[in-house]
Amino acid sequence: MNTLFNFLFASIKAGTPLLFGTTGEIVTEKAGNTNLGVEGMMFMGAFMGFFVACYTDSLVLALLAAFALGVFGALIYAYITVSLRANQVVTGLALTIFGSGLANFFGQLMIANYKAANGGAIPKLSERMSAILSEQPIPLLSQIPVVGKVLFSHNILVYLAVIIAVLCRFYMKRTRFGLDMRAVGENAAAADAAGISVTKVKYINILFGGGICGLGGAYISLIDGGGVWNNNCVSGKGWIAVALVIFAGWKPTMAILGSLIFGAFTVLQFYVSKSVIAIPNAFYTMLPYLITAIVLVVTSMRKSNKVMQPKGCGVNYFRESR
Amino acid sequence: MCEETKVNENGDVAIKLNNITKIFGSTVANDSINLSARQGEILALLGENGSGKTTLMNILAGIYLPDAGSIEIFGKKVHIRSPKDAINLGIGMIHQHFKLVDVHSAADNIIMGNKSEGIILKKKRYKEILEISEKYGLNVEPRKKIYDMSVSEKQTVEILKMLYRKAKILILDEPTAVLTPQESKNLFNILRKMRDNGCTVIIITHKLNEVLEISDKVAILRKGKSIATVKTSETDALKLTELMVGKKVTLSIERPISEHKGNLLEIHHLTTENDEGVKTLKDVSFSLNKGEILGVAGVAGSGQKELCETIAGLMKVKKGAILYKKENIIGKSPEEIIKMGISMSFIPEDRLGMGLVASMGMADNLLLKRYKNGKTPFVEKKEARKLSYELIEKLGIKTPGIDTPVRQLSGGNVQKVLLGREIESAPNVLITAYAVRGLDINSSYIVYDNLNEQKKKGTGILYIGEDLDVMIELCDRIMVLCHGKVTGIVDAKDATKEQIGLLMTDAFGKEEDDDEQD
Amino acid sequence: MSRINNKEPLIRVVKKAEISGFSLAILSVVSIVVAFVAGGIFFSMLGINPLSAYAKIFAGAFKGKIAIIATVKIAVPLLITSLGITLAFKMQFWNIGAEGQIIMGAICASYFALFHSDMPHIPLIITMFAAGIIGGGLWGLIPAFFKCKFNTNETLFTLMLNYIALYLIIYFKEGPWRDPSSGGFPKIATFVENARLDKLLGVHIGWVIALVLVAAVYIYLKYTKQGYEISVVGESKNTARYAGMNVDKIVMRTMFLSGAICGIAGMTQATGAAYTLSDGIAGGVGFTAIIVAWLSRLNAVMCIFVTLLLSVLDKGGSVMQSAFSVPTYVSEVLKGIILFVILGFDFFIQYKVVIRREKKS
Repeated sequence: MNTLFNFLFASIKAGTPLLFGTTGEIVTEKAGNTNLGVEGMMFMGAFMGFFVACYTDSLVLALLAAFALGVFGALIYAYITVSLRANQVVTGLALTIFGSGLANFFGQLMIANYKAANGGAIPKLSERMSAILSEQPIPLLSQIPVVGKVLFSHNILVYLAVIIAVLCRFYMKRTRFGLDMRAVGENAAAADAAGISVTKVKYINILFGGGICGLGGAYISLIDGGGVWNNNCVSGKGWIAVALVIFAGWKPTMAILGSLIFGAFTVLQFYVSKSVIAIPNAFYTMLPYLITAIVLVVTSMRKSNKVMQPKGCGVNYFRESR
Repeated sequence: MCEETKVNENGDVAIKLNNITKIFGSTVANDSINLSARQGEILALLGENGSGKTTLMNILAGIYLPDAGSIEIFGKKVHIRSPKDAINLGIGMIHQHFKLVDVHSAADNIIMGNKSEGIILKKKRYKEILEISEKYGLNVEPRKKIYDMSVSEKQTVEILKMLYRKAKILILDEPTAVLTPQESKNLFNILRKMRDNGCTVIIITHKLNEVLEISDKVAILRKGKSIATVKTSETDALKLTELMVGKKVTLSIERPISEHKGNLLEIHHLTTENDEGVKTLKDVSFSLNKGEILGVAGVAGSGQKELCETIAGLMKVKKGAILYKKENIIGKSPEEIIKMGISMSFIPEDRLGMGLVASMGMADNLLLKRYKNGKTPFVEKKEARKLSYELIEKLGIKTPGIDTPVRQLSGGNVQKVLLGREIESAPNVLITAYAVRGLDINSSYIVYDNLNEQKKKGTGILYIGEDLDVMIELCDRIMVLCHGKVTGIVDAKDATKEQIGLLMTDAFGKEEDDDEQD
Repeated sequence: MSRINNKEPLIRVVKKAEISGFSLAILSVVSIVVAFVAGGIFFSMLGINPLSAYAKIFAGAFKGKIAIIATVKIAVPLLITSLGITLAFKMQFWNIGAEGQIIMGAICASYFALFHSDMPHIPLIITMFAAGIIGGGLWGLIPAFFKCKFNTNETLFTLMLNYIALYLIIYFKEGPWRDPSSGGFPKIATFVENARLDKLLGVHIGWVIALVLVAAVYIYLKYTKQGYEISVVGESKNTARYAGMNVDKIVMRTMFLSGAICGIAGMTQATGAAYTLSDGIAGGVGFTAIIVAWLSRLNAVMCIFVTLLLSVLDKGGSVMQSAFSVPTYVSEVLKGIILFVILGFDFFIQYKVVIRREKKS
């Protein structure tokens, strides 16, 4: 039983960065833009989050900075695809190259400078910061048997991710801005004719989505990194997040479940003894991708009107096009 | 709705357009057009296809920015830079292709973009919408999703959108094209109600009877220029036609008699279904003879498209048979049909989306049906280029070059490229869908002449048309479709428009026919 | 009622009618110049003289035979893969699964390099070549099949196949193909001499294959019936069906070819450059190649030049570290900046900006 709880606990932990990325990409796609630069924006957030956390020792500032750099990456993307109407797929890929390059470049630079200034020591998160980021049981809630340990004893960013996902769902489903945004994503021409500023709505949501991705990066560098900067730390999680968007059916609340499942698959190999299921580790890690591929095929077979990519995705809007 | 008190006969000028010019690439869509409309009147904007009506109204709605000219709304000079500006000025436009989000509910479509809604969406909105719709005698289910709606329901949603926003100037682009006569009547009643409340209504159309029925004034456009504005009470159909086409129209289309006789194509009990399982063709039977033009008339969406595409082998058939010289060709791909020695040509309604490749030049487009010629794996481009020049000469096609993408050609020239390619293959059966749509009178006549030439050669031609006057002159027989059913086949020589019109609405149909739908 | 609208828009965007080949060339040159200026600004911000930085990059890529060989070695897989992408993109099939197709090509070729290396050299090379084609081709065929059958989104599906392929390599590396002599570290054995691609002018013959493929793809797309079909399907599936084309067959055939070409890239990488199979065999080439194909406007010959540009940046970037003591990743950042600028410049091909002047009448 204990193994199962530990497994669930670890799954949530592993799934959280995915949840950030997925929520960010859902917000972006719902406004009609497929941004394949999630990986890049997460990288940018990862570096910035770590850098600011290291040098200011403030988690709030670190998160804000990570968010801001995610927004910056998304801004480049938004300018090129929305204002200049370049191909979304290619621009997203360029953002991934740029973002990962930028993070690794400045990460190395930071280490080199820090070493030079501190006699060869490498930059590390402070004890205080590590304590803030450590797993802490929430008083009372964590006392609930079983659930308390699995759900309410996490680090603070886990809750942040869930809260953001829930808020995003509320924003999309229940607010006028969310309605405008979904209209733009589905049919930009209709939204435009209704007096919605397509450009503005796209920018706001792409930037917001980018910021959330940036937070996901910060999670990776602050929580998963063991207190130090690692090159290539995002290592494809941004791409899984893109895949998870489909799995979640473009619903942030479903993304919570989806990221949990994906997180579970990444840690499954450590909790299932080889004597029970004897499949190689590589297949465990492959599973989430395989499942997403199958989900893709199954959803396309159903041809449902509800669970579908927003129709405007990938298409840049130009009002005067005939 | 319009809050103003009832406006007298000479209401204030609501819209004044001065010398509006709009150029797309190399075509002048609007050539310094002047137009004005008062409060509390219905203005019909009349003109042939391609005369620039829609472009002009899109400028008012903020979709296009004019290249020159000025706009005054309620006496104030304005620049409408976006649909938002237009909405703020009280201008609302119902486009021919509705601007609705399919996956959203009616209510959400109506309130979208509306700032006064507050930040949080309330359940109340459904009730509000219902109230407005009841006030105007409209029937809309606020929670129903657009993708579940019929065309007329969608239009009602669009109208509600305008009412909800209290539009003072309402523009409708060809609103009756997709409606049944009853639905049109309802629409007109609503428009009159709006007018009486002080609204300005502009209705784009090319149907004369509607113009005479609904409008107070008529503005006529021809080839992007404003020709005249007349009071409806002081004009009649003939005068309007003259203004619209420029010269006195004497519809004298030839109807040669072909020497070829005999049956070519027999259609038996053809039934088709769309993706949702709704029957689009119901038990259609007819035959097409050699050297005959068989017209197909009907309200848009009565099954014309399905009829064309099933015969051309592009659409699956539920039931029935298509016999070509006693051989059933159903279930065969276009490729196999050609291999059977049947040369069938189909000139589809969607020229650039189906008949031609928009981004390719004329030469490459001529290759479309003949690229497989020759034994090598390579395309024989030389012949296509030669043929291009021949067709340019023969049909008077105007193009900057045979490699200029055809999407840059005018509608008439695009149609000539398509027609030229299809006729060149010397077909036995020629299917044309709306062959003259968007073409000016001269180009139309070139098309008619070419069709007649084919007819003399013995080709059987299925002519899907919309202009009944033309069809009565051109066709040998006219088949009328209504809701996917054949409601009658008449001899064109002694047919009248009224007779066909009644068939189009299935006025003679018996109720029990509808009951057999399963 | 409303705010008063009397401001005239200062600038507005208008679609261009058509652009001549000449102005297209000018625009392309201008965009590259601006891109390098933007990169230069980045260098200046780092306190590096942009001119000397570019000089170093250029020298790093071309100075000396070893440098040139290294640059060409970077270019070969990129060029081949971009040709594969070109085929798919021309059909508007958004194949972003080149990474996986490269890997599958490499895996299949490696099987023969590892277990049938006793075959005579020429037949072995040909067999490996064919294996690369089949591996990559089949991996490309899968998304095409589902696209045709159920209209499954190919962008996301090919993306997933990349990872499935990647973990297949890891499986082979950790499991059945693990080199027993490598000690604790899981890796696949180095290929024997017989299973390595031959060299010509100091570089493995992958470069010859690449150039032959450039010509082949160029001719295929421009002059053959199948190439014509690809263009029509890419433009409008409806038109293709109308013209009697079997769209599903064309999509699957083209995607097989697209994947096959990427598979060739994987085969040359494994047998010509790495002499082994590792999980870094594709190393992002599949993604970069998409950018190459796109910037080349899906023109096979143009791919050569764009590939060269990116390879020079890659190779030259490694020199930057020693010359200016900045991390090697500088070339990635530079690449990103240059890509952004060139992508953004596409705008001016399709649109023009009209600035309204004050007119007093």
